[in-house]
Parts: sequence; structure tokens; C-alpha cells
Amino acid sequence: MDLKGRKIYKGIASGEAIVTTQGISFFGGVDPESGIVVEKDHELEGQSISDKVLVFSTGKGSTVGSYTMYQMKKGNNAPLAIINETIDTIIAVGCIISEIPCVDKIDISKIKTGQRVTVDGTNGIVKIEE
Amino acid sequence: MKLTSKEQDMLDGKYGKATQKSMEILATLGDIYEAEEMIEIKSVQISGVSYANLDEAGLDFLNEMAIDGKARVLTTLNPAGMDRDNWQALGIDENFAMNQNRVIDAFAKMGVITTCTCTPYLIGNLPHYGQHVAWAESSAVCFCNSVIGAYTNREGGPSALASSLTGRTPKYGYHLEENRHGEILFEIKTPIKGTNMFGVLGKVIGDKLGEYKKKIPYITGISKATVEELKSFCASVATYGGTALFHMENITPEASKYPIPTEKKIEINTKDIERGLTELIDEDIEVDFVSIGCPHASIEEISQVAKLLEGKKVTKEFWITTGRPTKKIADEAGYTKIIEEAGAKFAADTCCVVAPIKGRFKGIVVDSAKACYYGRAKNKFKVKIATIEDCVNEAIK
Repeated sequence: MDLKGRKIYKGIASGEAIVTTQGISFFGGVDPESGIVVEKDHELEGQSISDKVLVFSTGKGSTVGSYTMYQMKKGNNAPLAIINETIDTIIAVGCIISEIPCVDKIDISKIKTGQRVTVDGTNGIVKIEE
Repeated sequence: MKLTSKEQDMLDGKYGKATQKSMEILATLGDIYEAEEMIEIKSVQISGVSYANLDEAGLDFLNEMAIDGKARVLTTLNPAGMDRDNWQALGIDENFAMNQNRVIDAFAKMGVITTCTCTPYLIGNLPHYGQHVAWAESSAVCFCNSVIGAYTNREGGPSALASSLTGRTPKYGYHLEENRHGEILFEIKTPIKGTNMFGVLGKVIGDKLGEYKKKIPYITGISKATVEELKSFCASVATYGGTALFHMENITPEASKYPIPTEKKIEINTKDIERGLTELIDEDIEVDFVSIGCPHASIEEISQVAKLLEGKKVTKEFWITTGRPTKKIADEAGYTKIIEEAGAKFAADTCCVVAPIKGRFKGIVVDSAKACYYGRAKNKFKVKIATIEDCVNEAIK
């Protein structure tokens, strides 16, 4: 199945999806050393987002979060790609400076954790493999 | 979004890597917020300077941008995590100081003026009415839009840096006149005086804006206000209400330009203000720290503190946080000598919100509603808001 969204940052990446309908704050909410979500009571608390296609509603929290994403990329444990319902400044800037393919305006209820998906950031398309 | 040929060249990498990355950020933000074009800006204020917030990640990014990035417009910096000269006396550890200096060096390499203050408008980064700028730092953004009447969105650290290195920002949000109208009317029915009470008013209005999901208050009933009172109000209403712009009848320059909103009217009376004040005073506070200068103290405020402290001795840790240029004026005017002889300390370049002081103190007395918010949330202090006079009295008690 193909979902058409909006290009945020270019590039193509495929991997296993990890999905939450909640917002994510990279600054304080994700441990950049391990890639594990540490925000208390978050749906993804305790799970790693490294080397996955991270699917969530929108970014939240401090603008420093863009730098946290950059740090994860440099440490080779950033998400492979990001899919948002609605992009915000923190995640958009984080994807650009870290060069992580990113698409938004996607109905994320169509994607399930564990599915293999391909994000084509250049054309704003998400492919779900059945 | 439409780019000029120069902007397109920046995006294509003809002006170097840092400029290209910056233009990528701005063009993407422009697309997200549906800007039609870029606008040239007059100045930039960058946030995200304290090493405590940036960490190695932020520093790595800044160093990468500093390889070939240069500020194209006047650019100043937000407070750092320490006083760059006096950090040892303020109890900052050596490792932190070294890392903080690495951050400041990276900015300096890009031609950013390393003033480290949240009140750039007091030290020479002062746009004129109607000019477009790209500022981060919520209190300065609010002051810039509302009190000066210059135009800025509420930028973050990376987007402000991108604007500095390109001299551009996408034209959306508060850069468009159609988005600057007051949305909700506040009639103030009680006299407001002093930096502390303007801070309380900012909290009362900010809390109400949250309830009604509005951002731009139009305020009537304030007959006069000083720069210091407005600075305090801006910091507070931005902290509690996320406000980047307000209009105040007979006080701010755009108040007469836009109609008074009629849809929704809220009266603020003495009781509301008293309740707001009570909410900024914790019970059972054990005071061991006093601070003036959130946002950074003006020379007028420093002069007031000097007069109150003359010939006295403080019994508690007392910081006056300010920009270094303002501190230099205080040195020349003799205020620094009076203040330091009383045992109080200057903390230039930094402030109680960004310095790594969590756990060092139990209770803080301040004249700022913003400092109360971060004292509680970030540093886990008990807090009390008071007039400047009472802050000094508490320090010498």
C-alpha cells in the first residue's frame, strides 16, 4: 500500500516501523546514547527507536531536541526515517541537520508496529509492504 | 515557495556548506508554514547557548556550521551557563566552564557577537518599529514584537542560527500584518506597579490565554509602564501563556493600529491579581538565595539595587544577573563596587534559568514571575516573588 504525504527531508530508507500516536520530545524524552524512549508513561517508554522507521503524531518540547537527533545520528543510533502526522519545527530541523528522510501529512493509523515500510522523503511517499 | 536567485544559489551550495544547510532549514520551514517568499532580516538573537542544554550534540553541530558559516547580519547570543569571568566565585565546576567556552568559541568563529544576554535590546541589538528580525528567546521575542513593534516569529536555536548565516527568514506568522491583530480583550481594573506586579499580571493573563486557547492579548487599563516593568511582563506572559505578541493601549506602538477585539472580554480585578501573587509564593519557604535580573537587569535596576545595598551586608547568596555591557556601565558608575562591598555578586552572561544550580539552594526570592516558574520546574526550588526593595531586604536580613 502506498500513502502519499509531504516531503520534509529527502532520501530513501526502509525498515521496521515503530508507531505511537503520542508526541515525542527528543530532548529529555529519548536517551541519545541508547536510542531508548525514557519519557515516563510514554507508550514507547523502554523501547528503542534506533534503526527503525519512527512513526508518531508530532514533535513536542524544547528546540534543543533537534540537536539530540543530530547526536543520535552521529552515534549511529538515530531512526532510519521519520513519519509524522503533522510536522513541527523541532523535528523538521532535526531531520534536516541529521539528514534523516522524513515525510508528514500521513494517516499514521494505517501503519502498524513491526511492519516493514519504505520512506521516500524525496517524493513524500510511504510504502507499506504487506 | 519562491526563492530569489541568490537564495537559490545558497540552497545549491554556492555559498558553502553551512549556508546551504541553513537555507535548507529555512526553505523547509517556509514550505511547512506556507510562506510565499523569504524576507531579509536586520538582526538575529540566538538561543541554545548554555552547555547544560546543548551538550556535545549541539556543540558538534555548531562546530560543523562554524567550518565555513558566517553571520550575515547583527547577531547576538542568549545567556550562557556561567559568568565568563567570574564563574569560579559562582561555584561553577571547571569542566562545565571549559565546555561552555567551547560553545561560545564556536559562535565567535561564525562572527556572532558573544554578548550572552536575554535582553539584546538593552545592549545594542535594537531593531526599529516595523523592521523584520529573527529572534529566539521567548521574553525578547515578546518585547521585540510588542514593545518595539518590530516583527519576529518565535525562533528556536537552530532556525535563528540559520537566519543569521543567510540573512533571511521565511515570511509567515508574525511577519504578516494579518496575523498581528489582538484576539482577546483584557481590561485591567486595578493599578499595577513594579516589576514584580507586572510579572504577576503576565502570569494571570498567560494562564487565561491557555484556558481560552488564544495567543495575542489586547490589554487596556494600564496608564503607564517603564521599560523594566514591560520587560518583566513580557517574560512572564511568554512563559505562562506562550505569548509572542500583545498590544497594550496607550503603551505599545501597534495598539492603535489594530482594532480592539470585541468577541471576548476578560476583566482583571484586584482579587485576580492577589490570587496570582499568592500562587507565586510557596508556603514554608526557607530562603537561601536572592536574585535580581530575570530578564537581565537594566542599568536603572542595578542603580536601584546599589542604592538599597549601600553600607549594608548581605547574609544570603545574592546574584544580580545582567549582560556584560550593562555590568561595564555599572563598573564605571561605581555601582559594582557598592554592590560587591555589600557581599552581593554579579553574574553577567548567565542567569538563574540556565546556570547549572539545581540542588544548590532551597528557596529563592526574586522580582520575576518567569524566574519563579523555572526555579520551581527546573531547579526544584521553593520560590517567592517580591519587590526589588523586599528582595534586597531579604538578602540582608
